[in-house]
Amino acid sequence: MIRNMPTLRDLASTIRSKNAGVDHITFDVIFRDRANFERVRDSKVLTPESVAALYRIPRERITDFVVFDPANAIKFTIKRDRPSGSPGEHDVFGSQQYAPLFGVEVP
Amino acid sequence: MTEVSILCPTGHLGFTPLEKASFLAGCELKPDFIIADSGSCDIGPYPLGADGQASPVAWQRHDLEIMLTAARRLGVPMIVGSASDTGTDRGVDQFAELIREIAAEHGLAPFRMATIKSEQTREAMLARLESGVVIKGLDGRADADASVLARTDRIVAVMGAEPIAAALRKGAEVVIAGRASDCALFAAPLLNAGLSPATAYYAGKLMECASFCCEPFMGKESILGRIREDDIRVTAMHPGQRCTPASLASHAMYERRDPFREYVASGYVDMSTCRYEQVDEKTTRASGAVFVPSAQPMVKLEGAGKVGERRLAVVGIRDPYTIENIDKAMAWARARLAERFGAPEQAGWQVFYHVYGRNGVMGDLEPSPPVRPHELGIVAEVVCKDGKKAEEICALAARNLFYARLAEVKGTAGAAALMADEVLVGKPGYEWTLNHIIPVKDPSELFRTAFHTVDGSARKAA
Repeated sequence: MIRNMPTLRDLASTIRSKNAGVDHITFDVIFRDRANFERVRDSKVLTPESVAALYRIPRERITDFVVFDPANAIKFTIKRDRPSGSPGEHDVFGSQQYAPLFGVEVP
Repeated sequence: MTEVSILCPTGHLGFTPLEKASFLAGCELKPDFIIADSGSCDIGPYPLGADGQASPVAWQRHDLEIMLTAARRLGVPMIVGSASDTGTDRGVDQFAELIREIAAEHGLAPFRMATIKSEQTREAMLARLESGVVIKGLDGRADADASVLARTDRIVAVMGAEPIAAALRKGAEVVIAGRASDCALFAAPLLNAGLSPATAYYAGKLMECASFCCEPFMGKESILGRIREDDIRVTAMHPGQRCTPASLASHAMYERRDPFREYVASGYVDMSTCRYEQVDEKTTRASGAVFVPSAQPMVKLEGAGKVGERRLAVVGIRDPYTIENIDKAMAWARARLAERFGAPEQAGWQVFYHVYGRNGVMGDLEPSPPVRPHELGIVAEVVCKDGKKAEEICALAARNLFYARLAEVKGTAGAAALMADEVLVGKPGYEWTLNHIIPVKDPSELFRTAFHTVDGSARKAA
């Protein structure tokens, strides 16, 4: 199949994840270009449901989902399965959890 | 019209050394206050629980020295919060001592220093609990009970602006605060100047991470805020950085679940109607915050407790058949561990296999289907109350992969490569036990302020 739809990696200027307190990881997708922001926002490729499906977690673990107009940003937050830095931790700062967003296609 | 200017050189004092050039450029503009936060929960529960620190003393001293000598030269107050990463009493005492040493070294004329401690004893929190106070869980946590406190080794309360503002009003020229809301450090002098809580806390929220609110991305560079009522102007001090509406607005949502609300002891800042506009090349103006006071002041408590001793071992796998069947190999290894040491929950031990090359970074959140890399790196992490037993379990957790019994394995001399046949001693495992809030009558009641005269000239002469 030939894919010619752009992805979030093409359209967003910042895609990041980071701890929000000790029990959550928050994700920011930020656009330098207003048109790209509106395109992604209106395409609804990012919704609580689509993000839960992408990370294969129950919808309830997406605790917050916000379209933040002043920053041309879409933001959501995932509840951690254990507090940050507990035994078994693999990402203390929560800073490498965003990569799967890169491939999200935007019509 | 009242205008207060604040210079902020770093978002986490001491974590990596601050950059001096942009700080000195900021000092040229004669700020009214020099302010930096020194703490974070991001470093994990170990430093708080074990009362250690995440930053090297040399870097903390480096940052404090640059800030203190500039503040005394300019004759303006300096405020540092969440001393030494965690804001425990140890951290406050350590920073106060560093201030004395630096003052002596530079022969600084006498000045007044306030220390504000925020550590809480388990007993005091238990007494409040027993008197009927509800210690409310945040972020979906259950309210704290006696068993949660029993699992907690160390507790800090997070101060708002009140105790810091009081110390400044009593003439403190240097404030070393224990655990504090980052934004409260900035809000304190702004409230004293008569600005509203909305402007004061919002300015603090925008400024607390220094150059992170500017672009392009740079850490540890200074920013200058000029704050009037409902008019906050933030300027990048590094020649290569700008503060833009996009960079400032996107910082307002950094590290937080809700980009519209910033909670402090006395209420929250509502940022949903904030506006951002470029006023010059390097400066953006923010306005429109609203403060919603809470009827009942609530102070946040952070606590950490020890889970057990920790040991680590590193194992590599190259055999394509073992890689394909790595889940079976780990299941076999776990089963043998349980046979020997008892079921983990009952016997009080845990093993985690971190499988780098598959999902070592994301764990269960990893959506990529398993691929067959040509090699896998596995870190076996074991936690157990008893260190000797942790060592034994960890050795077997690694060697069991070496001896994993898979039906068709051809490499019958060993199914894994041991980086070293060695168990590494990790720092003890801790967990965040408290992420809660406690109601108080007075937002300052949990904090203990003391004043000290620091006379560097006397010490130098002596």
